[in-house]
Amino acid sequence: MDFELMLRIYPFFLKAAVVTIELSVLTTILGLVCGALGTAARLSRHWYLRAIGAAYVSVIRGTPALIQLFLLYFGGPQIGIQLDAFEAGVIGLGVNIGAYMTETMRGSIIAIDKGQTEAARTLGLSRFQAFRKVVLPQALRLMIRPLGVNINALIKGTALVAAISVVELTYTAQRYIGSTYKPFEMFLLSGLLYMVIIYVTGKGISYLDRKVRLT
Amino acid sequence: MSDTQNFVEIRNARKSYGYIEVLKDISLNVERGQIVAIIGPSGSGKSTLLRAINDLDPLTGGEVWLDGVQVNKTLPHRQYEKHINQMREHVGMVFQHFNLFPHLTVRENVTMAPRLLKGISKEEADQLAEEQLRHVGLLDRIDYYPSRLSGGQKQRCAIARALAMKPKLMLFDEATSALDPELVEEVNLVMKKLAEEHMTMIIVTHEMDFAASVCDRVLFMDQGYVVEEGPPEVVFKNPKEERTRAFLRKHLGANK
Ligand SMILES: Nc1ncnc2c1ncn2[C@@H]1O[C@H](COP(=O)(O)OP(=O)(O)O)[C@@H](O)[C@H]1O
Ligand SMILES: [Mg+2]
Repeated sequence: MDFELMLRIYPFFLKAAVVTIELSVLTTILGLVCGALGTAARLSRHWYLRAIGAAYVSVIRGTPALIQLFLLYFGGPQIGIQLDAFEAGVIGLGVNIGAYMTETMRGSIIAIDKGQTEAARTLGLSRFQAFRKVVLPQALRLMIRPLGVNINALIKGTALVAAISVVELTYTAQRYIGSTYKPFEMFLLSGLLYMVIIYVTGKGISYLDRKVRLT
Repeated sequence: MSDTQNFVEIRNARKSYGYIEVLKDISLNVERGQIVAIIGPSGSGKSTLLRAINDLDPLTGGEVWLDGVQVNKTLPHRQYEKHINQMREHVGMVFQHFNLFPHLTVRENVTMAPRLLKGISKEEADQLAEEQLRHVGLLDRIDYYPSRLSGGQKQRCAIARALAMKPKLMLFDEATSALDPELVEEVNLVMKKLAEEHMTMIIVTHEMDFAASVCDRVLFMDQGYVVEEGPPEVVFKNPKEERTRAFLRKHLGANK
C-alpha cells in the first residue's frame, strides 16, 4: 500500500469531505422539512392530505434513490427544471430521505399513548395545543435516535451524487484513480473520511438523545 | 334552568361502535353538588357513558347538558371545537392510568392548562400549584417528575391537575383500579375531601364500600342499560333487580 501517496493526496480529499459535509447538512435540513410536512400530511384530518403523504412515502421508498437523482438532474431540464449538480443532489437526496424521516416522525408521534392527548383535551386544550404541548415534546425525544439512523443512511447516500459529478468524496476518489492508478488507496481514503464524519455525527446524536431523555 | 336541578342531564344517550350498541337509551340527571357512583361489570358501558359527558367518546344519539348548555350540540367543525374546549374547561376528568405528562414536573402538570387557557402569570400559576398540591397532600413533591411518584401520588397529582382548572364537575373513571391496595386509601381520602366541599362528581368505581360511603346515588349498569338506580342504602342493601343482586354477590360476597 502506498502510504506516501495517501499522505500527499489527502488534503484534496479533505476538501471533498467538506463538500460531503455540506451536502449532508443541507440534505438533513431539507429532509427534516420534508419529513415534518409529510408527517403533518399523513396525520391530517383531511383524507386528501393523508393520501398525498402516503403517495409521497410509497413512491420515494418504492424507487431507487439513484433513479430519482437521474430523473431530477438529467430529466429535469426537459420539463423546465434547471439545476446544477450540487443543487440537484441536495434536493434529490433531501426529498428522498424526507420520505424515510416521515415514517420515523410519524412512528414516534403515534407511539405516544392516546391517554396523553385525552388528558390534555379533557383540560380544555385544543387539538393543536395538545399536540404542541404534550405529544410533540415527548415524540421529539423518541425520534432522535431513529432520525439518527436516517441521517447515517443519508450521509452514506451522498455518495450517489458522484454519479451526477458532484465533486464530493466518492467522485474525488474516482477522479484520482485516473491519475494515480491506485484505486485501493483512493477508496480507502474516502472510506476513512466517511467513517470519521459518521462517527462524529453518531456521537452528536447520542449526546442529544441522552440530554433530552426522560428519566 | 334552575340552579339546583339537572346540573348534568343526559337524555336518551345512545352509542354504537359499528353494529354494536354499547349505550342503549340512557338518561341521567345529576344535581349540583350530588355525587353519583356508576357500578357494573366490565364492558357494561360505564366508561363510555362517563366519556360522553365531556365528549371524549361522542354519543351517536341523545343529548348531554351541563349547567344549562348542551355539550354535544350540532355546530360546524371549527365552532364545535371551540365550544367543546370551553365546555371541557369546566369538567375535570381523572383516568385509571393517571395520564400525567411525563415530560413535565408535578408543578407544570398542574399549571400547564391554566397558564395556556386562562393566561395567568407565572406567580399566579405557582400559587395555584401550591394551593392545589397542598389540597391533595403533594406539596413536597412539587418539583418531581411523575416517574418518581408512587401510583397514589400520581393519581393525587392528576386530581390536582384537574382541579386547577376550577371545574364545576369532576369525572372519575376507576381512579383507584390501577393502584396497589395500600395506596387506594390516600386517593379515596382526597375524593372524600372533595365530597365534603360539595363538588359535583360522577364516579365509576369497583369499590362498593367507597361508593356506599360517599355517594348520594348509585347507578348499576349492565350491557349498555342502567339496570337499577337509587340511594346506596337501597341499591346495595335491597336491590330490586336480579342482575344487580348477582353482581353484588360477586363483589360484596365476603361482607354479606
Ligand atoms: N373504541 C371502541 N371500539 C369498539 N368497541 C368499543 C370501543 N370502546 C369500547 N368498546 C366496547 O364498548 C363496551 C363498553 O365499554 P366500556 O364503556 O369501556 O365499558 P366499562 O367501562 O363498563 O368496562 C365494551 O363492550 C367495549 O368492548
Ligand atoms: Mg371502563
